Amino acid sequence: MSDARIEKISIIISKGSLESVYPGLIMANGAREEGMEANLFFTFFGLDAIHKARNEHIKLATVGNPGLHLATMLGGLPGMSSVMTHLLDQKMARLDIPSIPEFVEMIADSDAGLFACKASVDLFGLDRDDFIPQVNGIITVGEFYGLAAGGQIIFT
Amino acid sequence: MATMTYVGIEVSTDAEGFFADPSKWTEAMAPQIAAAEGIAELTDRHWQVIRFMRDEYERKGDAPNVRALSKTTGIPIKELYQLFPKGPAKLAAKIAGVPKPHGCI
Repeated sequence: MSDARIEKISIIISKGSLESVYPGLIMANGAREEGMEANLFFTFFGLDAIHKARNEHIKLATVGNPGLHLATMLGGLPGMSSVMTHLLDQKMARLDIPSIPEFVEMIADSDAGLFACKASVDLFGLDRDDFIPQVNGIITVGEFYGLAAGGQIIFT
Repeated sequence: MATMTYVGIEVSTDAEGFFADPSKWTEAMAPQIAAAEGIAELTDRHWQVIRFMRDEYERKGDAPNVRALSKTTGIPIKELYQLFPKGPAKLAAKIAGVPKPHGCI
């Protein structure tokens, strides 16, 4: 292993829950703050993070999330995900962590690339207009690997 | 630890080039630190950010990250990255002779 500085990073966000989207955004933003080149590739339910009607409504998973220490049956109650998301949102606001739409915009302003996965866009019957204007394009896996060339890839 | 010489004065820095002792910094050193980071000329806008980093560090003991820097100064994030392409908060802190900001976001 070489300990050379990482100069470029490509982050794949594949899930649409709050706890899956934030880490990828934090790492992409952190990469730009360190002066690295950064690209974000949104695939499958991760597309919600750049979907203009959905990215304000990304919720914490309250079922199938043992780290939350909430009984599965309680987690499945109607409205539980919204309540827990609201509590976490308040905590994050106190720490001045931006909301997902604001965070994505901030990352776009830092000149990181935002890309939607073509296979997922086709699968869900979406098109360019469903996404926020900051999205640089809808690209194939092959194009993604082309963009990622010479850097590190993180899958979340 | 490393040693750098700016305007003829020797200063200690960490491995990344951040000042070990911010009190050793003078404004005259800034253009030379900036040039080594690829910023050929410091404009008034650069100086606004550099002085702000310095003031915030002196007031709070930690310089702000990009988000807080943009929110407090009113300089858009896009412009901050144009001024300091290799990371606005990090570079401005280095040029201002203060430690690297500790925030994650």
